[in-house]
Amino acid sequence: MISTILIIGGGQAGAQAIDTLRREGFGGRLVLIGDEPELPYQRPPLSKKFLSGEMAADRLLFRHRSFYDEHRVELRLGRRAVRLDPAARQVELADGETLAYDRLLLCLGAQSRRLTCPGAALAGVHYLRGLADVPPIQAGFKPGAKVLIIGGGYIGLETAATCRKMGCEVTVLEMADRVMNRVVAPSVSQYFAGEHGTHGVAIICDTRVIRLEGAGRVERVVCADGSDHAADLVIVGVGAVATTELASAAGLACDNGIVVDEYCRTSDPAIYAAGDCTNHPSLRFGRRVRLESVDNAFEQAKTAALNMLDRAVAHDRVPWFWSDQFDNKLLIVGLSQDYDAQVLRGDPASRSFSVCYLKGRELLAVEAVNHSKDYMAARKLIAERALLRVDRLADSELALKDAI
Amino acid sequence: MPRIVFTDSGGRRLEINAPLGITLMEAARQHGVPGVVAQCGGACACATCHVYIDPAWLAKLQPREDMEEGMLESAWEPRDNSRLSCQIHITADLDGLEVTVPERQRET
Repeated sequence: MISTILIIGGGQAGAQAIDTLRREGFGGRLVLIGDEPELPYQRPPLSKKFLSGEMAADRLLFRHRSFYDEHRVELRLGRRAVRLDPAARQVELADGETLAYDRLLLCLGAQSRRLTCPGAALAGVHYLRGLADVPPIQAGFKPGAKVLIIGGGYIGLETAATCRKMGCEVTVLEMADRVMNRVVAPSVSQYFAGEHGTHGVAIICDTRVIRLEGAGRVERVVCADGSDHAADLVIVGVGAVATTELASAAGLACDNGIVVDEYCRTSDPAIYAAGDCTNHPSLRFGRRVRLESVDNAFEQAKTAALNMLDRAVAHDRVPWFWSDQFDNKLLIVGLSQDYDAQVLRGDPASRSFSVCYLKGRELLAVEAVNHSKDYMAARKLIAERALLRVDRLADSELALKDAI
Repeated sequence: MPRIVFTDSGGRRLEINAPLGITLMEAARQHGVPGVVAQCGGACACATCHVYIDPAWLAKLQPREDMEEGMLESAWEPRDNSRLSCQIHITADLDGLEVTVPERQRET
């Protein structure tokens, strides 16, 4: 008999699990433990409309407080879980409270990878992960303020676009030879670099930061080639690492994330995990993955919730991602590793195009720039393992959905 | 606050008061309107906040932009009066708006 379910982590996955558990009829005790003080909120706007001030904080919330009251969810917010005892089925919080569970769901998320070079701890060096990270960055928004962004990935580029809109002078330093090199094709990198250039963001690739300098507060960023860049504000976006300390200390299997099976079960039968913190099997792509994605957090949380209620449902989804930079929307679906051909559809100069990744005739992934039709068609085609008419794929007059 | 009437596929009606300045999707989510999933939170990236607008009200809305048009093409059973509710901003002249929630949202 499952009478108590604990959820640790109040992000996308935690919020969704509550929704599914109550919707599916779980009537027992339901407790949400989160180390941030806020009710569960959406993170994607933090680098975009929330950072720019266009979106108020209450619009970030998934649900207002009344929802949690009505659904009898006990909230332990601003409280950190410090110890997990799988044998006793107990979780201990930093303030000493101990909570027992029948089923536990870990939605621990990921945390910003920290810079380790000299000067990394200077004031004025920021990361962007949670709500609390935003006001100190906004305080530095002054017309002409020099913002230096380390890392040209999603977070770095979205933040660069927002800072530029707020009137700052923005420079992005990227270690690789192009922006977003781990997630998109060269033509997409080139398009976005061009968009940033048009809006006045300076992007410098092939450059490695070796030191931050300043008298107590960061003033300069020094690179390996000897160049240095003046900075009033530094924002670091160099990736994220899965949060696994609680799980690994409790003896759960961890390997670049908490290891779960397709039912979101960890190595302990009473403990499940969902979202950015998991290393999980992708059934569609036949390998283990760790994804940083709203969609994956949402879907795994649903799956975990159903399995905690003993409905055997496997997580079998094609992942998708998006990024907004200036007035451009990048939509990505699928996983592009292991492809043997890339096909460009449309002309980047038209500001709407896509890149298809193929293995033989099978579509693995699509990156769509301002092109929702190809993106939506691809979601279906990839899930169905459709075989495409590769010879006609480059003809952008032919709808992708009809290229089968 | 404008009053919005949601009807689900079974004919059940739910009236809500929607604050100005947010989107129809956000208003639906705040009030827990069943069937408006809104997985991406309003980024026009998932097509799971798809609704049908009473045709009498369509002219009061800003027309669909290209991105929304492309998303709707693959939504669950799109019709001429389909919209993504995340792309509709609540304004005073939407008082009384009638919205129908589809039987389901797309899943792939």
